[in-house]
Amino acid sequence: MRHDAPYTLAFCGAVCVVCAVLVSSAAVSLKEDQLRNAELDKQRNVLFAAGLAEPGEALDAEEVQRRFESVRQRVVDLATGEPTDVDPVGFDQAKTAKDPETSREAPPNRASVRRLPNHALVYEVFEEGEPVMTVLPIEGYGLWSTLYGFLAVRRDGNTIGGITYYQHGETPGLGGEVDNPNWKALWPGRKIYDDSGSPTIRVIKGQAGSASQAPHQVDGLTGATITSNGVTNMLALWLGDSGFRAYLEEFREGQGP
Amino acid sequence: MKAASTKTLLDPLFESNPIALQVLGICSALAVTSKMETALVMCAAVISVLALSNLSISILRNLIPSNVRIIVQLTIIASLVIVTDQVLKAYIYEISKQLSVFVGLIITNCIIMGRAEAYAMQNGPLDSLLDGIGNGLGYSVVLMATAFLRELLAQGTVFGAVVLPKVHSGGWYNPNGLLGVSAGAFFIIGLFIWALRSWKADQVEAEG
Repeated sequence: MRHDAPYTLAFCGAVCVVCAVLVSSAAVSLKEDQLRNAELDKQRNVLFAAGLAEPGEALDAEEVQRRFESVRQRVVDLATGEPTDVDPVGFDQAKTAKDPETSREAPPNRASVRRLPNHALVYEVFEEGEPVMTVLPIEGYGLWSTLYGFLAVRRDGNTIGGITYYQHGETPGLGGEVDNPNWKALWPGRKIYDDSGSPTIRVIKGQAGSASQAPHQVDGLTGATITSNGVTNMLALWLGDSGFRAYLEEFREGQGP
Repeated sequence: MKAASTKTLLDPLFESNPIALQVLGICSALAVTSKMETALVMCAAVISVLALSNLSISILRNLIPSNVRIIVQLTIIASLVIVTDQVLKAYIYEISKQLSVFVGLIITNCIIMGRAEAYAMQNGPLDSLLDGIGNGLGYSVVLMATAFLRELLAQGTVFGAVVLPKVHSGGWYNPNGLLGVSAGAFFIIGLFIWALRSWKADQVEAEG
C-alpha cells in the first residue's frame, strides 16, 4: 500500500511511542522483582557454599532471609584484610572493580582477571556468636566464559568449607559439571595453603583421593581440563597476596562480633 | 473450529514445519536444547512472541506503509521480545539466567519475521494469531524432541530427573559428550528432517 511521506512519518512515530511505552512500563514495573531475584540468587549461593543449605534445596525468599540471620555481610579491604565501614547493603563489587578510583590493576594472572577491587564483600557465618566460616566471592575465566562463584573458608583461614558457582557459560555436561553436587562435595576439608603459606589448592587431572590423602588437590572434571585449570587459576589469584590472603589471616586471628 | 482454521493451526507442526521444511530458526534450536527445562521456557517465549507479533502486525497490516514495513515489523517484534525477557527475569529468574542472551535473540529468529512478512501482512488477525501459535508449536516440537534426546544422552536425565545413572555418579551410563555441545544438535535436527521427509516425500526439494 502506498502512502505519502507525512503519513509514513506519523505512523512510524506512533509505532515508536506505543512500543516505547510498552517496553518502559514493563521494565519499570518489573524492576523490583528482578533486583530481588538477583539478590536472592546470590544469597542462596552463599548459603550453598557455606553448607547452610543442601544442594538442590528449594529455598523461598523467607527461608533465605531466615538462614541469613546468622550471616554478617562485611566489606573488607583486600590489601590490609581489615574490615571497612563501607555499607555492605548496595555494595556492588563488580562496579567497584571497574572504577579506576576503587580498583587496581590485577597482577599478571592466568584467571584473566584484569582489575581487582580494593574492597570486597564477604559473608561471615556465625554460630553461637562466634564466626565459624567466611564466604568469599571468586571469579575467573574458564574455557568459554567467566565463572562467578563463592568459596567458603573455615575459621582456621585454611580449610575449605565449600564451593559453588552461580554464573558461568561452560559446556553443559563437561565444564558445566562445576555445578555437579558430587564434584562440589569433594571440596570441604581440603586445605588452601601449604606450609610456606602460598595457595596450593588445585584441580588436578584425574582422581585426587580423599581430603586426608590429598589435602591440596581436587579431582579434575572429566573432559574439561581448561575449565578445571580455570578453577585452579582463579583460586590462586583470589587466595593469594593480591586477593583475600590478608583478610583470611585477619579472620583466623578472630575478630569478635 | 472451522477446518481451515484447524489447518492454519496444525499444518506447521509437520506439513510445513518452520524448522524442518523451511529450515528457519536453527540457531536457537542449537543453543537452548541442552536441557529440556530451558527448551520448554524458550518454546513458551517464542510461541507468545510469535502469536502476539502476528496478531498485532495483522491488525495494522492495512495501515503499515509498505516502504517501511520491515522496520515497523521489527520494532513491534523487538518490543515484544524485550517485554518477554523482562517477564522471565522477574518471574523465573533461574531459568532466564540459563537462557541468557537467547531470549533477546528471539528478535533475530527468522521464523518470527518470516511469518510476519509471509502471513500476517496478508491475512486477518484471527488467522494470523492461529498461524503464529501453530508455527510456534512447530518450532516447539522440534526443540523439545531435540532437547529430550540431548539431555537424555548427554546427561542421562529427563527434565532433570535421572533416567540413566552416569558412571561417575555410580551408575552404568557413559554419557555422550558430543550431544552436550551445541553442534550435537545438528545431528538430531538433521535426522529429524530426514525422518520427516521420508514420511512426507513431497517436502523434498527438487534437485537443481
